[in-house]
Amino acid sequence: MTQLTFARAINAGLRKSLENDSKVVLLGEDIGALGGVFRVTDGLQKDFGTHRVVDTPLAESAIVGTAVGLAYRGYRPVVEIQFDGFIYPAFDQIVSQVAKLHYRTRGAVRMPITIRVPFGGGIGSPEHHSESPEAYFTHTSGLRVVTVANPQDAYTVIQQAIGCDDPVLYFEPKRRYHDKGEVDESVDPRSALPMDKARVLTDGSDVTLVAYGPLVKTALDAASAAADEGISIEVIDLRSLSPVDYEPVVASVRKTGRLVVTHEAAQSGGLGAEVAASITERCFYHLEAAPVRVTGFDIPYPYSKLEMHHLPGLDRILDGVDRALGRPNSLSGLEG
Amino acid sequence: MSTDETGPGGAQTPEIAGNPGGTGPDLLQLITPSGERISHPEFDFWVRDITDDQLCSLFEDMTVIRRIDVEATALQRQGELALWPPLLGQEAAQIGSGRALRADDFVFSSYRENGVAYCRGVDLTDLLRVWRGNASGGWDPYGINMATPQIIIGAQTLHATGYAMGIQNDGADAVAVTYFGDGATSEGDVNEAMVFAASFQAPVVFFCTNNHWAISEPVRLQSHIQLADRATGFGIPNLRVDGNDVLAVMAATRLALDRARRGGGPTFIEAVSYRMGPHTTADDPTRYRDANELEDWAAKDPISRLAGLLDRKGILTADLQEQVKAKADAVASEMRRGCTTMPEPQPMDVFKHVYSTPNSWLERQQDHYARYLASFGDPAGAVSEKGAR
Ligand SMILES: Cc1ncc(C[n+]2csc(CCOP(=O)(O)OP(=O)(O)O)c2C)c(N)n1
Repeated sequence: MTQLTFARAINAGLRKSLENDSKVVLLGEDIGALGGVFRVTDGLQKDFGTHRVVDTPLAESAIVGTAVGLAYRGYRPVVEIQFDGFIYPAFDQIVSQVAKLHYRTRGAVRMPITIRVPFGGGIGSPEHHSESPEAYFTHTSGLRVVTVANPQDAYTVIQQAIGCDDPVLYFEPKRRYHDKGEVDESVDPRSALPMDKARVLTDGSDVTLVAYGPLVKTALDAASAAADEGISIEVIDLRSLSPVDYEPVVASVRKTGRLVVTHEAAQSGGLGAEVAASITERCFYHLEAAPVRVTGFDIPYPYSKLEMHHLPGLDRILDGVDRALGRPNSLSGLEG
Repeated sequence: MSTDETGPGGAQTPEIAGNPGGTGPDLLQLITPSGERISHPEFDFWVRDITDDQLCSLFEDMTVIRRIDVEATALQRQGELALWPPLLGQEAAQIGSGRALRADDFVFSSYRENGVAYCRGVDLTDLLRVWRGNASGGWDPYGINMATPQIIIGAQTLHATGYAMGIQNDGADAVAVTYFGDGATSEGDVNEAMVFAASFQAPVVFFCTNNHWAISEPVRLQSHIQLADRATGFGIPNLRVDGNDVLAVMAATRLALDRARRGGGPTFIEAVSYRMGPHTTADDPTRYRDANELEDWAAKDPISRLAGLLDRKGILTADLQEQVKAKADAVASEMRRGCTTMPEPQPMDVFKHVYSTPNSWLERQQDHYARYLASFGDPAGAVSEKGAR
């Protein structure tokens, strides 16, 4: 076991994948000498060469589009998109090509492409640097979308994503890049919890709190604050956003009768809506209250001085928990 | 793919043919690095009206924007700005082109053209709003005929082309000018903008500042040929100019503007310069850049070059230098004052301007958030990481 930051853990996972499979190639802007703007690929080009760790020209559509060609040729490209807001120039290649080629070729062509995207806010960046675009991709069939919430998962899941024969969007919670955690580098990704499984992090009886990526830490903090008030919260880290692993959520809600979902992305059309609807379908008779969403607002990501208003914090999550429990809350007395 | 540097069949990878960063003899120059004015049969015409006084004024402009750049960098280091993209070394490219524009021309730039914004008459407090994290856009684009800075690399080139198509439809003789970097030329948007500009012969000037680096990536990674030559493939005439020579930049820009005004369509200008500072205040160029390269370029510094010319002409007096310095200091301290006294945005501002007409979904969220904030005695508690309960 070693203490690693998120960023180092992903770096270690990439290194393992490069070592284990000569077909793994990394592509992206500034990923070579600079080691990426977040240093996630630090040292990899030096050790694996410029043909395996490719510093590309500044062109996202080309980065993903050439990854498609490499995949046709039997490679397993791992693409770095520098920041969430810069994935859109590549959007067409991702949703029209990467996502659909397996289906379109009736399974003849595999697209084992991993697209790494630092996502989310909270680091005081200018516009286009703090977005949560996951719903665009969970809405697209043929893609797998995962995110990680601790360094161990960061290390293991990146390897699982690279090993997966389907295209995977791997969202990295950038405000947690410097957080440290225990990482067991001897874990075999093939026997670890698969990347498409959710994980129950705390045992609780009053409310089920579903989170993913950067908000898992906030959700855990909220759960311990709630415990001080005598409220028992079961926190679930979704991990896979597409497909969502509903079994543990269903089991939890059957027990607690209450669901709160939180994410940084805007509310309308967001993943929280999907989870709330699916759980309502599956657990209608077990629910004691309507599912509650605690999310970013339906606004463009705001300038940095106000981002903490947009991002769900511990108190907003607790307020949502109060709503689910019917305790006094900021909306008490309001109808609908 | 093998891990060494050899290509298929073990052959050495061929040397890159062109020299996209080169500063060879084809480069349009009117002032040598040592400050000597050299004549040019074609381009002297475009700066024939520039008097000594105007040269002094260009010197002042360049000094002022370097000064505000240094001040903004200091403000960032002091925690007053979240980020700053320095223009150090690119003063001639920005002032030479910026001062060539007419008030009714319209600029679509990247985040680094703060010197151009200065030429457009931007209020320097407005310039800093975005970098301080207090606003999404610092100014009303129609107030200074300049769009707010673009962060998505290259997107603005399409906007400029569309604006130019509008000018053309209106039968006006204004020009849209778009600024972007060497790295941007790799983006699809920039290439598509050139297709449209050429197809419709739109009155747009593509001003590419080749500062040699796109964060850590050298220009030779973006192109095997000189960037100016890319335009040729789209049927757009190009000019390759010494970007550290304010007169040469001005001459080239004036030619391009004149061509556009007279229905001659787009022009691509490559201003060959150098980014002497980091990419932004968050960047560490020592990880990828050789110190010697910086030294070579320091010898071509755009401000000392113009100073050299003024000196040769005998007009670089102590008085002038004093005057210019005083102006630069005054502008910088005014900017600092504007920055540190800027009012803080209010929490409910996050909901403003999402739509031009009310939207019921958002109104509901806004109402809920107002109630939420009101449930705290001190609204600051509502956003603390540790929580207020
Ligand atoms: C679409 C997009 N991709 C990536 C980035 C991240 N990024 C910001 S600046 C930059 C380099 C730009 O280089 P260049 O075009 O040469 O302009 P310069 O900054 O050197 O003036 C990159 C990759 C971005 N802002 N937009």
